[in-house]
Amino acid sequence: MRIVIEDVGKTFLDSKKREVTALTNINFSIEEQEFVVLVGPSGCGKSTLLNIVGGLMSPSSGTVYFEGTQGKKPKLGIVFQEIALFPWRTVYENVIYGLEESGASKQEQQEKGKHYIDMVGLQGFEGAYPKQLSGGMRQRAGIARALAVEPDLLLMDEPFSALDAQTRTLMQEELLTIWDRTRLSTLYVTHNIQEAVYLADRVIVLSRHPGQIKEIIRIDLPKIGRDKEEYRSQFEQYADQIWQLIKHDAQEALKEG
Amino acid sequence: MNEQRQVITNRVAFLEQKIPGYAAALGIAGLVVLWEIVCRMNIVPPLFLPAPSAILTAAWDMLVNGELIENLLASMYRIGAGYAIGAICGIAIGLILGFSRWADAILTPIVYSIYPIPKIALLPLIILWFGIGEMPKVAIIALGVFFPVVINTYSGVKTVDPILIKAAVTFGSNHLNVIRKVILPGALPMIFAGLKLAAGTSLLLLVSAEMIAAQQGIGSMVLHYGNLMITTKLMVGVLFLSLLGLIFNRTLQWLERKLIPWK
Repeated sequence: MRIVIEDVGKTFLDSKKREVTALTNINFSIEEQEFVVLVGPSGCGKSTLLNIVGGLMSPSSGTVYFEGTQGKKPKLGIVFQEIALFPWRTVYENVIYGLEESGASKQEQQEKGKHYIDMVGLQGFEGAYPKQLSGGMRQRAGIARALAVEPDLLLMDEPFSALDAQTRTLMQEELLTIWDRTRLSTLYVTHNIQEAVYLADRVIVLSRHPGQIKEIIRIDLPKIGRDKEEYRSQFEQYADQIWQLIKHDAQEALKEG
Repeated sequence: MNEQRQVITNRVAFLEQKIPGYAAALGIAGLVVLWEIVCRMNIVPPLFLPAPSAILTAAWDMLVNGELIENLLASMYRIGAGYAIGAICGIAIGLILGFSRWADAILTPIVYSIYPIPKIALLPLIILWFGIGEMPKVAIIALGVFFPVVINTYSGVKTVDPILIKAAVTFGSNHLNVIRKVILPGALPMIFAGLKLAAGTSLLLLVSAEMIAAQQGIGSMVLHYGNLMITTKLMVGVLFLSLLGLIFNRTLQWLERKLIPWK
């Protein structure tokens, strides 16, 4: 299954009732088993775009569609920046939420729940409430919840931006390991360039005012182990290339506060 | 060097001071003992303030001859039925107002315009509607409970983080399940705040309604013995109202802990 984003644009009315173009002329697709990262300065509309793809916002123009569904209803899994676990549900109950809603049997819920809780390394915490977990563990539960529905498209909206730097690095590594096992088509939003180069098959660089695609960069490095010494210079090159594309916009964003 | 040493101690230790559990009982026991002494020394005549021991003796007598039980049951039936009806309707309508934009726009102004009316002022009208049986008392309590519960439920729904609703919808929830699995539990802490507020209101309305229009019940009992100037028995009624309020609050607290274990 492939996901096509075709001519998508989004305009808002600001507080003074003026029309603001958040996104314009967005065209790209996510191939099966492809990891696409959206990167851009703050205010470039990358979260807006992710929300549109996730069906949480309607585009002002254009369409988003799945191709090659063969009559099957495509499933989405979203990992939110705010994590958005249900505080009144335990880790296990959160992870199986999507299965519960799709009418899976109790046995299937248990099997898949256990499988994905193990995969994110939360065994032993099934009965804990989100409040009792650290930020990193909460986001692991959030990832497990999204994986448990075995989605046709996994959406991740700056999932690690609320975590401290050390936890973040570890979680990126874990995410790659998990992704390598599941091979889900993924759309990942971040403002962190290193993270983009570390995770992506393709990086889509957005610019702001209006938000549009500046460049699409394919990362030709092996998927696992990009942080190894031998790839360092190439890694830096990619990161620098993206930074040069974003730099001007980021400076402008800074001035506007 | 040693004379120059200055050990740093925790200067905010008073914030963490531990108080033993018996401290709570100490205050009440002290007050009762003081009260008893004042009465025994005849500083205040027993008509104005009967001694705790006299109140307890009277309470025992009234328990044995069945008078107290009869009045207590009548009151508990009224407050139980009225509170249950008011709370259930309040929660249900509060959820609907919070969830549906149409219901919100049309009905919320009505709720807010009726809310400030002291409900006891409606009792004569309600008696006119329902006659003089149990109905008007139950109805006035239900009405008094309904408003704080509906308004708290409504604000509780509004405080539910929209990201949780988005998450639920993303993982396949329909509208009914969004209300049942996200909005209801999310609003539950606020709903309980409303229920506790309503507990006080319901007790107030119970006693007022019974004083105005009832043959039985703790409220009419208190008024009856007040008119006869039998203050000991009047105080028995007051004592049981206080116990009723206390038990009511404790039950709600217990229920809250049971239903909101994630807090």
